[in-house]
Amino acid sequence: MLDGRSKVNTYMQLVQQVKQSLRVGLLAPGDQLPKVRDVAQSLAINPNTVLKAYRELEIEGLAEGRPGVGTFVKRTLAGASLPNQAELREDLVAWLRRAQAAGLTPEDVTALVETTMRATLPTESAQTQSA
Amino acid sequence: MDMVLETDQLGKRYGRNWALRDCSLHLPAGRIAALVGPNGAGKSTLLHMAVGLLRPDAGAVRVFDESPYNNTKVLAEIGFVAQDTPLYRDFTATELVTMGGKLNRRWDAALARTRLADLGIPPNKPVGKLSGGQRAQVALALALAKRPRLLLLDEPVASLDPLARREFLQSLMGSVADDGTTVLLSSHLLADLERVCDYLIVLHAARVQLVGTVDDLVAGHRQLVGPRNGGGPIGGVAAVVRASHTDRQSTLLVRTDGPVDDSSWTVREVTLEDLILAYLAEGDTEASHAEWGVSA
Repeated sequence: MLDGRSKVNTYMQLVQQVKQSLRVGLLAPGDQLPKVRDVAQSLAINPNTVLKAYRELEIEGLAEGRPGVGTFVKRTLAGASLPNQAELREDLVAWLRRAQAAGLTPEDVTALVETTMRATLPTESAQTQSA
Repeated sequence: MDMVLETDQLGKRYGRNWALRDCSLHLPAGRIAALVGPNGAGKSTLLHMAVGLLRPDAGAVRVFDESPYNNTKVLAEIGFVAQDTPLYRDFTATELVTMGGKLNRRWDAALARTRLADLGIPPNKPVGKLSGGQRAQVALALALAKRPRLLLLDEPVASLDPLARREFLQSLMGSVADDGTTVLLSSHLLADLERVCDYLIVLHAARVQLVGTVDDLVAGHRQLVGPRNGGGPIGGVAAVVRASHTDRQSTLLVRTDGPVDDSSWTVREVTLEDLILAYLAEGDTEASHAEWGVSA
């Protein structure tokens, strides 16, 4: 999903979304990224913007273009921690249900998570911000 | 770089009034260009001269290196959808596709039929009875069936509801990705343009105010916010495009020629929308002062 109101330009949003998918293991090395034409059409955006985003991923060594075939994931951003993520995710889902039952809105949850992260993991949360 | 459209001091006059004047610009191949300006700025006039429907009164326009006026060779390379997508309303979409085949040198009827089928357009209903969105899609499919190298669209989505607008732009972006068609489209819908266009032409009061790639233009402008400024020079600022002031604070949209590192100003990046609005507003006051015969 693209956020039309976001001040972050479209091409950076695309780059960030691919990175996020790499980080949580939704995309893995060897996977093909959606075809430029399909992304341009489904999001109603300039195909050159999609190309630019894919080129940026190539420059960062995360993807590689194979002429006439498409663009493929080359490297993942998921660390060694990926196998542990499934269990943590289950804990998180249970926690979110409790938060919901306690009457927290999604905005409340985000605010609580962000402030708690800043207080508990000062350096790591700063890294997440800049990534 | 290959230029698809070039104009040199192009002008068109209706009676005593210039609809377009001193218009010099280039449109490189493969771009999707936005043509922006208020009503009466000369957008349709420029498009009509590019497609060869109007003869210039001054200067020159060249499309694929040829003059388009009365030139059927160039016309074969251009797809044009005029404002309000005029179609023969009693004809069905099927009949229009057949007619296009008889009237054009190059015609991909299969492409048009596939597109219309994908979009669920009824083939045997008079197009006058279709919705505005469907009619716009028929007009686009017909323009694309020529397999044009340049596609000119005059406010293609102005009369469409948000969903139809979205679907129209989706079809357009898909087909541009397939064929690498160069596109010049006029529109008032800045949010759409920001997603779709990578080249910008701003017209105001019959003149070109701004032209270039969106990336270069956005990189070459900044918004500055700071204490009220008496108009003294600021390092890195080539020109102030638009200034607005409150008692204490000035907000400037500036064209830069270097980094602005004056610590009294907060420097922000601009969006395409900020840029367009600033240049249109600037043209506005200039034109109005000229009309009243006073200096701005």
